[in-house]
Amino acid sequence: MEPSLPNRARLSLHIPEPPGRPGDLPDFTTLRLSAAGEVDRPPMDASEPSMRELPYRLIRVLDDGGAAVGPWNPHLPVETLVHGLRAMMLTRAFDDRLFRAHRQGKTSFYMKSTGEEAIGAAQSLVLGAGDMCFPTYRVLSWLMARDYPLVELCNQIFSNARDPLKGRQLPILYSARDYGFYSLSGNVGSRFGHAVGWAMASAYRGDDKIALAYIGEGTTAEGDFHEALTFASVYRAPAVLCVTNNQWAISSFSGIAGGQETTFAAKALAYGIPGLRVDGNDFLAIWAATAWAAERARSNLGSTLIELFTYRASGHSTSDDPTKYRPSDEPAHWPLGDPVERLKQHLVALGAWSDDRHEALALELDAAVRAAVREAEQVGTLGKSKPDLREMFEGVFKEPDWRLVEQRRELGL
Amino acid sequence: MNMVQALNSALDVKLAHDPDMLIFGEDVGYFGGVFRVTDGLQKKHGLKRCFDAPIAEGGIIAAAIGMGAYGLRPVPEIQFADYILPAYDQLVSEAARLRYRSGGEFWAPITVRSPYGGGIFGGQTHSQSPEAIFAHITGLKTVIPSTPYDAKGLLIASIEDDDPVIFLEPKRLYNGPFDGRHDQAVKSWAGHPAAEVPEGHYTVPLGKAAVVRSGEAVTVLAYGTMVHVALAGIEDSGIDAELIDLRSIVPLDIDTIVASVKKTGRCVIVHEASRYGGFGGELSALVQERCFFELEAPIGRVAGYDTPYPHAFEWDYFPGPGRVAAALRQVMDGQ
Ligand SMILES: Cc1ncc(C[n+]2csc(CCOP(=O)(O)OP(=O)(O)O)c2C)c(N)n1
Repeated sequence: MEPSLPNRARLSLHIPEPPGRPGDLPDFTTLRLSAAGEVDRPPMDASEPSMRELPYRLIRVLDDGGAAVGPWNPHLPVETLVHGLRAMMLTRAFDDRLFRAHRQGKTSFYMKSTGEEAIGAAQSLVLGAGDMCFPTYRVLSWLMARDYPLVELCNQIFSNARDPLKGRQLPILYSARDYGFYSLSGNVGSRFGHAVGWAMASAYRGDDKIALAYIGEGTTAEGDFHEALTFASVYRAPAVLCVTNNQWAISSFSGIAGGQETTFAAKALAYGIPGLRVDGNDFLAIWAATAWAAERARSNLGSTLIELFTYRASGHSTSDDPTKYRPSDEPAHWPLGDPVERLKQHLVALGAWSDDRHEALALELDAAVRAAVREAEQVGTLGKSKPDLREMFEGVFKEPDWRLVEQRRELGL
Repeated sequence: MNMVQALNSALDVKLAHDPDMLIFGEDVGYFGGVFRVTDGLQKKHGLKRCFDAPIAEGGIIAAAIGMGAYGLRPVPEIQFADYILPAYDQLVSEAARLRYRSGGEFWAPITVRSPYGGGIFGGQTHSQSPEAIFAHITGLKTVIPSTPYDAKGLLIASIEDDDPVIFLEPKRLYNGPFDGRHDQAVKSWAGHPAAEVPEGHYTVPLGKAAVVRSGEAVTVLAYGTMVHVALAGIEDSGIDAELIDLRSIVPLDIDTIVASVKKTGRCVIVHEASRYGGFGGELSALVQERCFFELEAPIGRVAGYDTPYPHAFEWDYFPGPGRVAAALRQVMDGQ
């Protein structure tokens, strides 16, 4: 049967598409950017309604010439800047080397954080030793800034006999409690609410620790994100909740998660918590915004949502080829530059750094990574070495029940 | 005490003695829960110790896991076990694996309380028995009491356990034992020996089954409301059956089960949940693997049918004493 004639224009379904596909010119003209130094810095205890414009601006400190400008400039000492730069460079060196190790068949999987190194590095240094971060797989720089042993990372990636997670976990899904780094699982977003619960527990105990959580912009579409924000808002959890908007969720651009209609920071508005949108390639801006939000959390003023606006310069993982879905030279056109280059430029502008020192540090870090990989390779790479098989049955429960005891015995252990 | 009071008493005892224990969930605070299990606890112990949560089951369990990782012992309530599914990912992917995947760096000592099961005309979404979907998940413990005494002791033991526990409360037993004879007057726990519940702290260990009735002819395995239904079915049949209340299905008291079946040579399994893929299948496999040469008849299974829980047909669906008695006769006579 013919449908009855519509008396209005026919509806049509909207499917968002990114501005460029392979073969197109990269196009970032639709981005909502602010100039460095342009966005006001409200007092940490400003009322939420007075801050409702912030999620639509972009907090930036480093200008195109590498100068730190504006009210968000955290005025960091040079040693801190160098510490951050080193962590970022180490992350990049490590990513490059271990990505290659995957290509050589030494591990089953790897994910790089190329282009996003400033985020974990800055936030790791802002937060305290007792605080806890609830990471994603793209914040390795958190551990690098805190000098987590490189060999241990490699042992985890190779699932070898010295794997700190005892061969039970996919490469790069680390857990490092002593470094304020919560255990990762493969389900994206599922730990966002744990951070809020952890922060609530600290407040319940009358402690002074805060939580920091990460979620990818693609994953903000999960219910976990919205449930966690509801809890954070309702109980004023002392948490810093971060969306790492690197523009891509595997092959889906941020518009598929709603990023074309509004900003991810603006999602905070409906929950009545402040939302900051921050240049995620600007070490200083990340630092300043995180320090602001952390201070709010420590002062019992509750959570802040921070969108870290960045760009995933490499593929999603070792199984991904980004040239299949985006212009191949898109990364080079990202208007907010490269976080390592920008911090380097700032240090050079300050007269505290030089190309030579940068080069020397890069060589030193590469050598350190090589040495760590070599040491871990001597223990063994994937399939060549593994923890005691008994470990397979440990840690399911605090004490194994009869099933595990019997099954272990079946294997003669 | 009835079972609601016994559970309330367990929570009260823990709140009084463990400052790290706290309760939250939908309507559990001021109101005291839709089944009144947390009645008066907020008033007595303060807003912070027992409070309302948003209607977000995934969020409730996620927050509980984070609190547990911090070092607290949260006891979240999911208002009906039917609504645990929005939180299933958190329970399966997170709570159950946290200790394992983190190499022991983090764990989730949470106890998720939830009323479950049928017999109250609750329709599809207030009557289900989801225990099998938890039993299949390594890393979760699943506890199901059948009496007020056990309810209190098992709940305290669950809260004190360092692993995540799903504590399913048979809501048909909250106010009185129920033997499946729905056309008869509702009974109360008053006068029942298991309703004599001490006021203070005691535990009933997880993984220790109770022999409710000893017998020589056949072993009946049941838990929750079905313990009472099975007892009535055994009496109706006149068969000298041994009835075992499993109390927890993970950990499972395999030794008591095997010893009993080896003695009787026969086994009937009773549960409310639908039959296919239900926990009865696992029990049957375990008994077959361990007692094959002592078995004198095929193992019998009495369970809900493989349909969604049907409102108007509740008493056709819900296993009653008649079906238990028939199954007992069948394993005895081979009919
Ligand atoms: C619950 C869940 N769904 C799907 C996946 C598969 N998956 C892994 S990463 C990913 C994309 C995540 O994108 P985003 O959140 O933007 O983070 P990014 O990788 O860009 O850092 C998907 C779909 C998963 N791991 N978990």
